[in-house]
Amino acid sequence: MKEEALDLKTAKAQSFRQIDLRKKTRLGEGTIQALLFLTGILSIFTTIAIVYELGKEAMLFFADPDVTLVKFFTMTRWQPGIGEYGIVALVSATLTTSAIAISIALPLGLASAIYLSEYASPKARSVLKPILEILAGIPTVVYGYFALLFVTPILKSIFGDGIQVYNMLSAGLVMGIMILPLIASMSEDALSAVPRALREGAYAMGATKLETSMQVVVPAALSGIGAAVIVGISRAVGETMIVAVAAGAGPNFSFNPLDAAETMTGHIARISGGDLSYNTIDYTSLFAIALMLFLVTLVLNLISQWVVNRFRERYE
Amino acid sequence: MSTHTNTYPQGDAFNASLKTRYRVATIWQFAFLSALLIAILALTALLYNVVDGAFGYVAYDYKKDPATFTPIPVNELTKEDLLVILKENLSSGAYNKLENEQKLETRTQGELYTLFLERLVQIDTKATWSMTDSLFRSAEIRAEAAEKYPDAQLEFRSWLTPQFLTTPMSSKAEFAGVRTAVLGSLWLVGIAILFALPVGVGAAIYLQEYAPKNWLTNIIQTNINNLAGVPSIVYGMLGLAVFVRTMEALTSGSAFGVTDSNGRTVLSAGLTMGILVLPLIIINAQEAIKAVPDSLRQAAFGVGATRWQTVWYHVLPNALPGILTGSILAISRALGETAPLIVVGASTFISLDPNGPFSKFTALPIQIYQWTTRPQSEFHAIAASAIIVLLVLLLTLNATAILLRNRFQRKW
Repeated sequence: MKEEALDLKTAKAQSFRQIDLRKKTRLGEGTIQALLFLTGILSIFTTIAIVYELGKEAMLFFADPDVTLVKFFTMTRWQPGIGEYGIVALVSATLTTSAIAISIALPLGLASAIYLSEYASPKARSVLKPILEILAGIPTVVYGYFALLFVTPILKSIFGDGIQVYNMLSAGLVMGIMILPLIASMSEDALSAVPRALREGAYAMGATKLETSMQVVVPAALSGIGAAVIVGISRAVGETMIVAVAAGAGPNFSFNPLDAAETMTGHIARISGGDLSYNTIDYTSLFAIALMLFLVTLVLNLISQWVVNRFRERYE
Repeated sequence: MSTHTNTYPQGDAFNASLKTRYRVATIWQFAFLSALLIAILALTALLYNVVDGAFGYVAYDYKKDPATFTPIPVNELTKEDLLVILKENLSSGAYNKLENEQKLETRTQGELYTLFLERLVQIDTKATWSMTDSLFRSAEIRAEAAEKYPDAQLEFRSWLTPQFLTTPMSSKAEFAGVRTAVLGSLWLVGIAILFALPVGVGAAIYLQEYAPKNWLTNIIQTNINNLAGVPSIVYGMLGLAVFVRTMEALTSGSAFGVTDSNGRTVLSAGLTMGILVLPLIIINAQEAIKAVPDSLRQAAFGVGATRWQTVWYHVLPNALPGILTGSILAISRALGETAPLIVVGASTFISLDPNGPFSKFTALPIQIYQWTTRPQSEFHAIAASAIIVLLVLLLTLNATAILLRNRFQRKW
């Protein structure tokens, strides 16, 4: 009896197919993985291509014996066609418009974030947040239209003849409205990430809602808010259409918001919009500006990532 | 009593300070709320400003009196009348050119009438008024128009008409439409998405499912986050240098036998736009893939699936709604982006529909930019109409994205 059962067992075992469990090379799998790796690495090539192409043309610009770094950074007029290479004339407008934009977007964005994260009921949030999202989704050229045909006339009626038709104030103000949703949503993420226990602790000590928000929650989220501001600045520096439409067409070394002046981005847009022939100083100079722009925004973005990682309060 | 001094107010002093603290808290709460209200106000002002510009009174004049062409009143002209008038009064060169574009007999009465007004009578817009003015100050406007432009006719016009959508570009605001621009935008977005979607999803799959945790992966990830923050005009410069100039033989189509073109084609612009939205698609797809729970993968591995089988049959189908939502957001970004198109070289005046990847093109935001920067107010009116078209397109896309998200979103 016993032997019979044993036989049956071995027979059964033999009927199973023998599976080879060693790792096999699978050609298809390998190809797919290689292809996916290529798509992943493509983004690196994009960065390399940006640096290489911008750098190459910018080098041609600086290779011109007439162009020196000293002139580039100290002259206050920009007109490469007639030997004036002072990028400061463009940087001044970029700085002015960005400063106006941030001084609008930071207080409003942060206040909106605090309200959404600390005060608003879920129902109010579900109404208010989409409005900010719509604001964030509007194309910048539409903001340009708004700046030129709505904000500028209003400013004109306030300042009268003191303000030019194209002016940095209008562009900066509208840019601030454009950046507001970005700063609001990034700050709100940072505020919401502060654990509830901290707020409860503050309330238990008798703090009011305002004291809790401003003295406990905001400081705890400061790294995230800082990152939001830096990203906001980077966005303002790189913004093109609003300034191209409303800030003015022509480099002008001025920090007066009521003046017309052209930013780095606005200048690139205007010059490249015309018929531009390759290998001219006009062409290569645009790449020098673009390289500056790329480096500035890159550094700002890296700082913002570093701030988030370095100063993040960890609550676990 | 403790020996150290307690600076915190006690008793009545505490109650008094409590009152102030609560008052300050209330004031600030309203301050925070008012920031949001300002944002809402700005959005309202923006939308109102656009609508305000797209409708309103127009004072216009005929350069030539219609009566010099025909005794019939203009609003009773039939197609046959118009054919005769056009044939008699247009120069033979202009007539043949129109015939070559499309036989005049095959055109509708409306199209012929537009030609009649555009080529023969030649409408001349004297002034335009905003919608608000037109509604609330109509008497003043009538008086003003009668005084300044005694020969002009005044009419309340919607600049946004069905014709505006279907007619090509024209150098006269009254006859310009966005057909060429909308088609250009569609080509552009199509090419961009065709390039960026497969590559972006591939990169996201690699980073989430395959990539080992090492320095290279770290660099790729940081790099993608940085690329998302690069100003769009820099992408335009990249596109100008790489697609328009270096790869001119390919992007102009001369390598494929197309001869009437340079590198400033819709293909170059589409690829530039594709590179621009790539980081956006990767980041969104990564989020969608990350949200698929690990138990699903382990179950697949458990029954012997290979990594690719797991990804293809289990991870991707579950991440698809998220990936689609991200792609739609990328499309709306590409649709509204203007600066790189200017740099890559969108044609500002073009009345032929784009008919292939190697054709010259214009796009909706480019037209808006062009028209906004013109000094004449009738161009501002059509810029406003074009903005409405663009915003409606974007709104539809985003609504689709939200619907998709709500319909297919799964909670694990």
